[in-house]
Amino acid sequence: MEIIISNSSGVPIYEQIKEQIKTEILSGVLKPGENLPSIRSLAKDLRCSVITTKNAYEELEKEGYIKTVPAKGSYIADINIELIREEQLKNIERFVENAVFLAKRNGVSKKELTEIINILYEEDEK
Amino acid sequence: MKYALEVKGLGKKYDDFELKDIHFSLPTGMILGFIGENGAGKTTTIKAILNMIQLDSGHIKIFGCDIKKETELAKEEIGVVLDDMFFPEILTPKDINVIMKDIYQNWDQTLFYQYINDFHLPLKQAIKTLSKGMRKKLEIATALSHHPKLLILDEPTAGLDPIARSEVIDLFRDFIQEKDCSILLSSHITTDLEHIADYIIFINEGTMLLSKTCDALLEEYGIVKCKEKEFKQIDKKDKVRFRKNRYEYEILIENKKEFKKKYPSSIIDKITLEDLMIFMLKGEVEK
Repeated sequence: MEIIISNSSGVPIYEQIKEQIKTEILSGVLKPGENLPSIRSLAKDLRCSVITTKNAYEELEKEGYIKTVPAKGSYIADINIELIREEQLKNIERFVENAVFLAKRNGVSKKELTEIINILYEEDEK
Repeated sequence: MKYALEVKGLGKKYDDFELKDIHFSLPTGMILGFIGENGAGKTTTIKAILNMIQLDSGHIKIFGCDIKKETELAKEEIGVVLDDMFFPEILTPKDINVIMKDIYQNWDQTLFYQYINDFHLPLKQAIKTLSKGMRKKLEIATALSHHPKLLILDEPTAGLDPIARSEVIDLFRDFIQEKDCSILLSSHITTDLEHIADYIIFINEGTMLLSKTCDALLEEYGIVKCKEKEFKQIDKKDKVRFRKNRYEYEILIENKKEFKKKYPSSIIDKITLEDLMIFMLKGEVEK
């Protein structure tokens, strides 16, 4: 598992942790049933407070990505990754549909639109 | 929730200073950071918790027990670092080991020597020959070596260079790996607290100004920079404090999200605990 925390991004740290663990789950790096580090050891390694990692885990549990057993720890829930992916794809499709609609109406070519997507996609990966 | 420390309605009156209604609780396994100016009452509060001063009002519980009745428990379970060194200067770290063995039932000589070694402290030199940073490290080593469950630290990183500070902070992180271990610490070096404290208590002139989780403080509070014209358009109640500088206004706000909704074109900067302290103490309140 890899987590990168930025102190200058303006995104709350617990959210950064949450989103990155989610990405690792959805991309299959973390597998259902796999154990997560304890909130304490994660806080130590990420150099943040215990409350921060606790918040991240609580949100992940609320959203169904992980399960926590008192006194034992947290592990990745047995979720259907395919199903979540499918839902997310539908979401993406809806947004792109809007983009295509706007592009067509304003005379932006398919090439220009793909160019924008390419740039945005790569920007995010930096 | 279980609490390592509960402080209720603490009050103490001196001729020129009064501590008023200090109240907070520290859940087990968490770190609480105490901030405030010199003379704000941090050390007085810590001394009250350690039963070193008589209270005028209020009560203090450690692990659910009254500190006045359970002094032996309090002693064994608490590790302390105070702002000023309480060891006689002619003693050596080796002497301290001998003395502490008699004081604490759980004194762990091996652990103490381990810290002395890790901190590169001389075993047989009198304390008076040690530098300020070395003394602090010796105090921290002493505070940790009887396996306390609660650390109470008054300015534990004062006088340490950045490397030593980060070593010490890492030690505290190791300490709370055990779920039943908690820390109360005061520090002027607020950046240390930002990366380790779960809760922040801010006191000024003997009263509490703020008490929140550190995350909430850093996420909710912010600083808005604007020109006079914009400053006048912002509602008074949205300005916690402000500072009028030569070229711009700076406003401390307490709910970044709401503020952004209400004033979408505003520029909001992130806040540090240091900014927060300076604004709360030096900023003006709009009349």
